[in-house]
Amino acid sequence: MAFYRSTVLVSVDPVCIEKGAYELIDSLQDELIKQGLIDEVQILETTRLGDPQVYGPDLTIYPEGTHYTNLTYYDIPRLVEEHFIKGRILKQYAAVMTDAIDEELTAPKTKEIRVVLQNIGEIDPRNIEDYFAFDGYMALGKVLTEMSPDDVIQEILDAKLRGRGGAGFPTGLKWRFAKQAEGDVKYIICNADEGDPGAFMNRRVLEGDPHSVIEGMIIAAYAVGSSQGYIYCRAEYPIAVSTLNLAIKQARSFGLLGKNILGTDFSFDLEVRVGAGAFVCGEETALLASIEGKRGEPRARPPFPAVKGLWGKPTNINNVETYANVPRIILKGAEWFSSMGTEKSKGTKTFALAGDVNNTGLIEVPFGIALREISYDVGGGIKGNKKFKAVQTGGPMGGCLPESYLDLPVDYETLGEAGSIMGSGGMIVMDEDTCMVDIARFFMEFTQDESCGKCVPCRVGTHRLLEILEGICDGHGTEEDLEELQELSDQIRKNSLCGLGQGAPNPVVSTLKHFMDEYKAHIYEKRCPAKVCRSLITFEILDGPCTGCTVCARNCPVNAISGERKETHVIDQDACIKCGICYQVCQFDAIQIT
Amino acid sequence: MLNTFEKIPAHDPLANPEQRAMIDQILEENKSLVGATMVVLNELQEKIGFISPAMQAYVAEKLGEPISRIHGVVSFYSFFTTTPRGKHTIKFCVGTACYVSGINQIIDKAKQILGIEPGETTEDGLITLELCRCVGACSQAPVVVVDDNVHGRVQPNRFPRVIQDIIKNESE
Repeated sequence: MAFYRSTVLVSVDPVCIEKGAYELIDSLQDELIKQGLIDEVQILETTRLGDPQVYGPDLTIYPEGTHYTNLTYYDIPRLVEEHFIKGRILKQYAAVMTDAIDEELTAPKTKEIRVVLQNIGEIDPRNIEDYFAFDGYMALGKVLTEMSPDDVIQEILDAKLRGRGGAGFPTGLKWRFAKQAEGDVKYIICNADEGDPGAFMNRRVLEGDPHSVIEGMIIAAYAVGSSQGYIYCRAEYPIAVSTLNLAIKQARSFGLLGKNILGTDFSFDLEVRVGAGAFVCGEETALLASIEGKRGEPRARPPFPAVKGLWGKPTNINNVETYANVPRIILKGAEWFSSMGTEKSKGTKTFALAGDVNNTGLIEVPFGIALREISYDVGGGIKGNKKFKAVQTGGPMGGCLPESYLDLPVDYETLGEAGSIMGSGGMIVMDEDTCMVDIARFFMEFTQDESCGKCVPCRVGTHRLLEILEGICDGHGTEEDLEELQELSDQIRKNSLCGLGQGAPNPVVSTLKHFMDEYKAHIYEKRCPAKVCRSLITFEILDGPCTGCTVCARNCPVNAISGERKETHVIDQDACIKCGICYQVCQFDAIQIT
Repeated sequence: MLNTFEKIPAHDPLANPEQRAMIDQILEENKSLVGATMVVLNELQEKIGFISPAMQAYVAEKLGEPISRIHGVVSFYSFFTTTPRGKHTIKFCVGTACYVSGINQIIDKAKQILGIEPGETTEDGLITLELCRCVGACSQAPVVVVDDNVHGRVQPNRFPRVIQDIIKNESE
């Protein structure tokens, strides 16, 4: 391996690419060749270094750790001359920061433990050698030379690793079922169809550390006795797909995939299959149908995929994060892994923290941490010192939990008992300006749209739930609606075919349980306490504070605001669509919502 | 649905020799793959931009599948479209984080400027508006995706520039 005196890490996330990251790399390469430095300075591509909206395109030069931001390709000759030839920092572009600020993934907060996310931002995901330098494929070597398939399964069982896709089924048990199932051909599948709105943990793992997932899959294949695997990735993640394809190619060229892996008798190969925008394909039997080239409709279980899966063969399906945990468990041991977490939920969990907290982004915390610690200590509290209202976990099949549940320790069981679910790890914190009836309506709009239509309870039931919720939001709600929502939810939950249908009523049931006040305000008082539901609010411009600056009138999408410059403006209530843009853009707090 | 593809409409990609060659190539490269349907349709959607009824019949014939199954798959997944899209696509993310951050205001603004609803294409064929489920850029919410570029933290009053940029680049 060549020795370089400097390494330049260039951020190539989508925003930086748009802002010209590749032009920057080309220009840097040209300039280094011109100056005869190309053998001394190495250029690497990495995912996000800092907030691309603020800093991009940007690069960090090691070993100094200088972070240059907002560069364009014509700054490069000066940068090369100053930094590499004269050894001076080009102050004009140097960011005043010691740690690069990654908006999605900041430096770990005190209560975080990074296991799955440990390499992200540290390595170049498009270069397998970077992964090698961080003990990459060491676990695979250990498994193939020192352990039998049963040893591997036992280790995963001892670690008490549970499925990170949401249901929390013990991974070792799943592997054992697939191993014991009869069949000459067996398949290993990675579910990378991260469809929950508000969740992006798997995307970052696939884009930032793809080999950890691939290594986990190869180990699973060895344990189960499979020779072919598929990664089913959603079409909304084009960068993840291209990173995975490159990673597979590189792994093949090093003999880590293909025939006789690492010189042993074990052979296994991988392919990426891309979805086409259907949420239900995250359900395992629907995912199998989609890989087979059919409509992504779930089927009844049993038989479980471990017995009858892809093309009727025994198949093991795990989530991205589950596989990414595997190499680390093999290397550090089951004891280390099971020392983190609660009695039944071991290890760590990644969450995509979003919504109205100060620090949004990816986090990884040990199981057992309280929701309050996540929202306040890790998340930094509610934006603008507003009041906390609810935290939504588990995506569209999850539920909303109120403030009284904030001290709940997060694990599979406690969240389930509280009326929500762990899900894949989306976590959205909502402040007092969020209407919970509207949120229930939003999720129902999602599930009824994404329902595959195969079974009646889900197809018709979610549609009817949506209609009732729309009625309540529009101010036509009645007392009977509340009973019907509850009754219908019970029926859908009991009678639907797959997890999507069974979980679909959760947002309704949990908001009914914890936020009944808001439903009642909508129904009896025709009032939306959070001032969100458009039919129940009106916007008015106050005479005093309005300066007649015309900003509201210029931004109104339906031209409902009129008035002369420097005079109080007026909203035409018939034309107003109540979008709230005027309220947002007004600098003088002159818009009143009633 | 078409039963034969003898009556290929004049404007269909199959009637265009260049596009037909591309379609044939995609089918040739993937037809021996197990579970080829999704791979082929994904490629067609990406390279041709849509999958017309005649194309569906053609794919069915080449893969030895009933047309009903191919059409069933095309109509099931939201990424597949059966009519041509505009030259540029603006997708509004309607995931939870974007919804809470006010993507609806941005959509209202777009409707006002272009005079079309999401799912429609402007008359000149330049811009298609689409809604999409979470693109996984939630910490940037609200998010608008123009072609393949992600625009985060979009403000209603700044959004018109996104459309103006498309029109400006096009007229240059």
